[in-house]
Amino acid sequence: MAIRENLAEEVTGLDALEMPVAPAASRPVRLWRAAWPKLAALAIALALWQGVVWSGWKPEYALAGPAATFQELWHRLMDGTMLTALGMTMRRAFAGFALAALVGVTLGSLVSRSAVLRSAVGSLITGLQTMPSIAWFPLALLLFLPSESAIMFVMVLGAAPAIANGLIAGTDHIPPILLRAGRVLGAKDLSLYRYVILPASLPSFLMGLKQGWAFAWRSLMAGELLVIIANRHSLGEQLNNAYDFANSAWLLATMLVILIIGIAIDSLVFGTLDRAIRRRWGLIDPAA
Amino acid sequence: MTAPSPTRTNGAPAPTGTSVLQVEGVSKVFGHGQTAVHALDRISLQVQRGECVCLVGASGCGKSTLLHLLADLDSPTSGKIRVEGRTALMFQEAALFPWLTVGGNVSLALRLRGVPRGERRPLVASLLESVHLDEVAARRPHELSGGMRQRVALARALAQDADVLLMDEPFGSLDAMTRDLLHAELERLWTERRFTVLFVTHNVREAVRLADRVLVLTSRPGRVAASFDVRIPRPRRIETPAVSALAGEITDQLSVEVRRHGHS
Repeated sequence: MAIRENLAEEVTGLDALEMPVAPAASRPVRLWRAAWPKLAALAIALALWQGVVWSGWKPEYALAGPAATFQELWHRLMDGTMLTALGMTMRRAFAGFALAALVGVTLGSLVSRSAVLRSAVGSLITGLQTMPSIAWFPLALLLFLPSESAIMFVMVLGAAPAIANGLIAGTDHIPPILLRAGRVLGAKDLSLYRYVILPASLPSFLMGLKQGWAFAWRSLMAGELLVIIANRHSLGEQLNNAYDFANSAWLLATMLVILIIGIAIDSLVFGTLDRAIRRRWGLIDPAA
Repeated sequence: MTAPSPTRTNGAPAPTGTSVLQVEGVSKVFGHGQTAVHALDRISLQVQRGECVCLVGASGCGKSTLLHLLADLDSPTSGKIRVEGRTALMFQEAALFPWLTVGGNVSLALRLRGVPRGERRPLVASLLESVHLDEVAARRPHELSGGMRQRVALARALAQDADVLLMDEPFGSLDAMTRDLLHAELERLWTERRFTVLFVTHNVREAVRLADRVLVLTSRPGRVAASFDVRIPRPRRIETPAVSALAGEITDQLSVEVRRHGHS
């Protein structure tokens, strides 16, 4: 019987043949491929907007054109009013989101670990998610008067359920084989949670955070429109003022800023994190 | 059916003394009452230290259930299980953690075993080297082929420094050429390190290729129907006539067990 002395060579040879070869496009090509559909969509949107304005459907005070709006935006960026308002709004956004994340993570980890808690409040959390955040404001105003607390309260109620649900769904959908593998390696209770359950639920948790951010941002805008606090300039307050002055260029410029911030955080922060995780896990087709 | 071979010891217990793994009258029932499924019925077997034993049987013979009981993932309904030392378990899927690198997967096994941080790195390197994968330590599991992933799982199991390595059809989903190489790798590591192996498979040739002893399990309920000693010198090859001949004999025994279900 032949002894396989060259076993090691045979093994490594087969490995080399089986390693996937990923064809990589050059960086500028990839960037252009990702960018051109977005640029085209933006151009079409601007053209449609300009077209509606030119048609004379509405007077200038109700619907300003792109040129007037961007001019107003530039002006307000330069004189600092937009940045002051943006600073206030972003401080509220981060504080509210951080608080919502804290509440959501606490709630989610408790519910995902206890069967009793789950049957008690599991469906309630999902139910809360369907409640429009603006519907909470009258109660928030009665409880906290028009104050920062009222805005926080509604942001947390809007965002925390989504964050908790992301964590719960993440722990629910861990492949049982990974839990078994963890237990075989000697992980139990806390170490199983730390080394297997937590990292395994990360992608779903991140989706929860992303959704939570969207809810928090929406609640914040509703809040800033309703809760005007003296001498605190915010994006919502700017919307109110622009409406009061019937200045549609100001109104649209502020709306653009709100839209851009929402998109930027969603894609730059959460989109980047999500892609990084999916690439590490091998959930992205390398050729795509 | 062929005539009983002299190597067969029908249901007779193996000699006691140095057994590292002992299963005595173990039953496992899933569910209750009318719908209860008897996965294992008073099964008894012993594995000696350093022995490689293969369990073969048709589907539904409770092979995986038995390994789960031995790995302490589940507890038996009745009977006694005695394992000297620690067990490691390999699954049909590699079951690697996708958020860790290849090296990280092996390192986690060391960490959970209590190996201090400073000692882990050289150990990971030598474990990966032993399965010829030292060059892919920084890769992610999804970047590897099925055979490579299964070797990482083997390195991870070796990292547990277990006395008994339980293997649940670990090469079942691999192509024939890769499987052949992994048999050789497993045989080499087992010859070098002399751990105890309990290997479950439905592939009779694979069982004869690897085992010192092949146990045939019956289906529903699972019991040890026959035991075959494999006295073919190592290293073996799966293509040799000696392996084929014994595999044929064991397959005949298995078909008797399977046919029994056709009549009932």
